[in-house]
Amino acid sequence: MEWEVVIGLEIHAQLATRSKIFSGASTAYGAEPNTQACAVDLGLPGVLPVLNEKVVELAARFGLATHSTVARRSVFARKNYFYPDLPKGYQISQFELPIVHDGYIDIDLDDDTTRRIGITRAHLEEDAGKSLHEDFHGATGIDLNRAGTPLLEIVSEPDMRSAKEAVAYMKKIHALVRYLEICDGNMQEGSFRCDANVSVRPKGQEEFGTRTEIKNINSFRFVERAINYEVERQIDVLEAGGEIVQETRLYDADRDETRSMRSKEEANDYRYFPDPDLLPVILDDDFIEAVRKTLPELPDAKRERFMTQYSLSHRDAVILTGSREMASYFELVVEASGGEGRLAANWVTGELSGLLNREGIEIDESPVSAEHLGGLLKRIADNTISGKIAKQVFEAMCRGEGDADTVIEQKGLKQITDSGAIEKLVREVLDNNPKQVEQYRGGQEKLLGFFVGQVMKATQGKANPGEVNKILKRLLSGD
Amino acid sequence: MSLDQDTIRRIARLARLGVDESENETYARSLSDIFAFVEQLNAVDTTGIEPMAHPLDARQRLRPDEVTESNQRDKFQKIAPRVEAGLYLVPRVIE
Amino acid sequence: MHQKSLSELAAGLRAGEFTSEALTRHFLDRIERFDGELNSVVTVTADAALEAAREADRRIAAGDAGPLTGIPFLHKDIFCTDGVRTSCGSRMLDNFEAPYDATVTEKLRQAGAVMLGKTNMDEFAMGSSNETSFYGPVKNPWDTGRVPGGSSGGSAAAVAARLAPLATGTDTGGSIRQPAALCGITGIKPTYGRVSRYGMIAFASSLDQGGPFATSAADAALLLEAMSGFDPRDSTSIDRPVEDYSAALEQDLDGLVIGLPKEFFDDGLDARVRAVIDAAIEEYRRLGATVKEISLPNSGLSVPVYYVVAPAECSSNLSRMDGVRFGHRCEDPKDLDDLYTRSRGEGFGAEVKRRIMIGTYALSAGYYDAYYLKAQQIRRLIRDDFVKAFEEVDVIMGPTSPTTAFRLGEKSDDPVTMYLSDIYTIAVNLAGLPGMSIPAGLVDGLPVGLQLIGDYFAEGRLLNIAHQYQKVTDWHTRCPAGYE
Repeated sequence: MEWEVVIGLEIHAQLATRSKIFSGASTAYGAEPNTQACAVDLGLPGVLPVLNEKVVELAARFGLATHSTVARRSVFARKNYFYPDLPKGYQISQFELPIVHDGYIDIDLDDDTTRRIGITRAHLEEDAGKSLHEDFHGATGIDLNRAGTPLLEIVSEPDMRSAKEAVAYMKKIHALVRYLEICDGNMQEGSFRCDANVSVRPKGQEEFGTRTEIKNINSFRFVERAINYEVERQIDVLEAGGEIVQETRLYDADRDETRSMRSKEEANDYRYFPDPDLLPVILDDDFIEAVRKTLPELPDAKRERFMTQYSLSHRDAVILTGSREMASYFELVVEASGGEGRLAANWVTGELSGLLNREGIEIDESPVSAEHLGGLLKRIADNTISGKIAKQVFEAMCRGEGDADTVIEQKGLKQITDSGAIEKLVREVLDNNPKQVEQYRGGQEKLLGFFVGQVMKATQGKANPGEVNKILKRLLSGD
Repeated sequence: MSLDQDTIRRIARLARLGVDESENETYARSLSDIFAFVEQLNAVDTTGIEPMAHPLDARQRLRPDEVTESNQRDKFQKIAPRVEAGLYLVPRVIE
Repeated sequence: MHQKSLSELAAGLRAGEFTSEALTRHFLDRIERFDGELNSVVTVTADAALEAAREADRRIAAGDAGPLTGIPFLHKDIFCTDGVRTSCGSRMLDNFEAPYDATVTEKLRQAGAVMLGKTNMDEFAMGSSNETSFYGPVKNPWDTGRVPGGSSGGSAAAVAARLAPLATGTDTGGSIRQPAALCGITGIKPTYGRVSRYGMIAFASSLDQGGPFATSAADAALLLEAMSGFDPRDSTSIDRPVEDYSAALEQDLDGLVIGLPKEFFDDGLDARVRAVIDAAIEEYRRLGATVKEISLPNSGLSVPVYYVVAPAECSSNLSRMDGVRFGHRCEDPKDLDDLYTRSRGEGFGAEVKRRIMIGTYALSAGYYDAYYLKAQQIRRLIRDDFVKAFEEVDVIMGPTSPTTAFRLGEKSDDPVTMYLSDIYTIAVNLAGLPGMSIPAGLVDGLPVGLQLIGDYFAEGRLLNIAHQYQKVTDWHTRCPAGYE
C-alpha cells in the first residue's frame, strides 16, 4: 500500500527579551542555578504576574510577518499540572484566545517549487525550569532560572507531507524569527525547539490517521531523522495489522529512534481556565500599525528583490535569503565589488559556502569578510585577475594574508593585459610548436586550447585569457 | 448530582491531595451536597451571556522590559525544605 | 487608651501625652492578658513592634508623622511580612517565614504604623467561622462560646476586644464584613482593585480584596487610605488616585437615596436581626435619606456561583503549595507523587481539601462548561443587577449576616448551611463592589451588622454614610463585657 505522511509542527521560540514574561528577573543564559529566579518565578505565596510589553510587540511582529491575524483581544489561561520544574503548579499560557492566529508561510522545496503551510496559531506562554537528574544522593535537582522565560509557541496546520518539508518549514520559521529579531534561534541553548505531530494514512484517504507527538527536538537534522524513523515505525505497525496509539514519544538521537514516554497513569486533564491574575490583552490599530512599521524586509520580499535587482536565479535567491546574516553578507559583497550581483551570488553560494561547510562555521564567523570578498570580485570584474587566479587569492585571504589587492600585489598575480607583451609570448609559443601550428591550420581547430594552455603556463596563468584567444586566432589564421 | 468515591479518588489524584480512604465517603457526601446545591444554576438561561472572569472590564497593563530583580537565592532557599548546590531537591524523577 | 479613637491617639502622640512605645506596650499587654482565651493572634512580634514604636516616636518628634505613625495594628496572617511567619492559618505554611513584604505591609510600615503581630484566620481564608484554622478557633469576645465569623475572625475579635485599635482583613465572600458584623465593629471591603493583592496570599484571585477593621468608620477611613493605591506589581490594581476618605466623612445625607433589595429581607433573615436593620434604616430617614425598594433578582444565585468560582480559582492557586520550595514537606517521601500527595494531604485541613476538590472537579474535562462557564455567566447577571440598581439609588443597605454569631461547632458538619451564612455578602465580591458593615444593634447581647454596598469606587461615600450614622448612634462604641 502507498502511504501518505502528515506532519504538523509546534515550534517553541524563546522571545528575545531582557526580562521574563511576567517578572523583572533576567533571562540571560548560563547563570548559576536559581540566581535568576525571583519571588514571582518561584511562585512564592502571594506573588502576581505582570506582563512584559516587549513580548506582546514581538508576538505581533511574528503575526504580521506570517499573514496572520494579530488578535485585538487575547487572554492568558492557566494550564494546571504538577511537575517539579513548574513552580506554581500551572503554566500561564494562552488557550482559547491566542495573540496570533490563522496565517501561513510559503516554504521552498528542493525542486524549486513552493508549498504553503498554514499557521494555526502562535501563543505566548512561560517556560518551565530545568530538572537535573545527575545524582544528588538519589534526588533530582531543580533549577528555576528558565522558569518564566517568554516563549512563542507556533503551531502549524498538519500541512507537511514529508520529513524534508518539515525541515524546510522549520528552517523557514527559524530564519524568519531571526530576521524579525524576535528570537536568537540558538538551538543548543534551547531557544528554538520543536515538537512534531506525525501520522500516516493510505494515499487518497481523506481522514487523518492516529498521530503521535515527538517531543523536544532541538536540531534540523534530528527533526528529519526523528520523523523518518517515526513514519517507518507507524507504517510497520499498520502493515503488520496493528494500531497506532496516540501518545507522546521521545527521540533518542544516540540510537536514532523514537520511544514511548512512560505512559502516564491518567490522561492529562489540564483544567484550563482564564488566569484571574491577568486581564485581557487589548491591542488597538495604532499599536499594530506601529509594530508593522518596525518590520524589516522579510525573506520572501528580499528574495524577489534579489531576483530582479541582481538578476539572480530563484535558487540562488533562496539560498542567499536563507538567513538575515547571509543576505546582508551578500549585499555587502555586491556593494564592495561595485555592483557585481551575479558574480557575488556565484562566489557566495560557491566558494564561500563550500568553505563554511568544510569548516562547519556560520557566515558571521567567515574568515573572509564581505568587504574583502567584494574587493576580490572587483579585481575579477576589471580584469586585474582571472577567475582562476581569483581562487588562489581567495585561499590566501582565508589564511589571513590581507585583502585582495595586497595578495595580488605581493604574489605578483596581476594579469598581463598588455597586448604587445602577450603577442610576444604567443609568437614564442607558436615558434616552439610548429607541428601543432600546422595541424591547426590543417583544420584541427580544437588545438586552440593547447596553445592557450601553453601561453598560460608560460605566464603562470596571469595572461588575460580573452586577449590570448584573440591574438592566437589572429596569428594562427596567418595574418 | 452525586459523586461516588471513585470520583473523589480521581479528583484527589488530579489535585495531588492525600486523602485517607476512610474520609472518601465523607467527601463524596459533602461534594454531592454542594454540587446538588449548585445544580440550581442550570435553571438559568445564559444564552449569549459573556462569562465574567473579572469584576472590572479593564485591560492588561504592560510592564517595560527591564531587569528589576537581583539574585536573592540565599534568602529564598533559607525557607526551602531541601536544597543542595543552589538547587531545590525532589525525589528522583525518572523520565 | 484602648477606648480612644485614632484621632485622639494621634493627637495624644503629637502632644507628647504618651509615646508610641507606651501605647504599643499597652496593647501588647492586653494581648497577653486576653488572647489566651480569644486565640485571635497567632504571632506576636513584640520586639519588632517596640522597635517600630521607638522609630515612630522619633518621627513624631521630628514632625514627620502621618495619621498612622505610631499607631499599633494587627495584621491578618494572610499578608506576607518579611522575616515573620506568614501562616495563612495553615499547617502548610506553619514554617513559612515570608522572604518579602506584601505591598500593604510595606505601605503600612512606611506610614509608621506599628505591627503588633499576625491574626488568626480560617485556613487560607476559607471559612465563615474561623474554625478551620490550624491554630484552633477564635472565640467571639461577646460570647466565647460563639464564633467571631470568618475568615478574618482573629482581626475582628481582636479589634472588638480592643487588643488593637486597627486590624487588616481580606474579604473574598464576606470575610471582612461578616466577622465585623458578628463582633460588633466596623469593616470595609473596597472596590476590587483598590488595595493591592501583591503579597496577600491568594484564595480566589478575582474576588479577594484587602481592607480595614476599626471600631468606627472614621478610624477605618484612615487605615483604608493607607492600604489603598495603585500597585504596578498587581495587574488587577486600578491606576486611579485614592480619595481623601477622612475629608469626605462630614458630608450630610440630605437627599441620599437608599435601596433596600427585597431579596435581602426574605424568610432566611432572622426576625430580630431584621428589626435591628429596620431601626437603622429609620435612623437614616431621620438623617434626611429616602428609601426605595429595589430588586437584585439574581443575587439569590450568588452562593452557588461563588462555590464554583472561588474553589476553581483556589484549586489552582494552592497548587504551588507542593513541598518543594517552601512550606510543609512530608517526612522521607519515597517518590515525587508521594512528596506531593503526602505533603499536601498533611499540610491542608479538611475544608481546604474540600474546596480544592470542588474546584478541581468543576474545572475538569467535561464539567468546565456546565459549572465554571455557567457560573461566570450568571456572575455577569448578578453584576448587571447592581449596575442597574445604582442607576436609581446611591447606596444599598441590608443585613450583613442573616443571624448573629452562632455557636462554635454549630455548622461545622454541614458545609452548605455554613456557606449560606454569607448569602448577603457574596454577591458584592462577585460584582467587585465596595461593601461595608457597621454595628447597628444587639440581639440577646450579640451584635448585628448593617451592610452598606456602594457603587464602584464609592468607598469614600460609604465611609461618609457610615460616619454620619455613627455620629448619632453609639453602637460602635459598645465594647464586649470584660474588655472595657
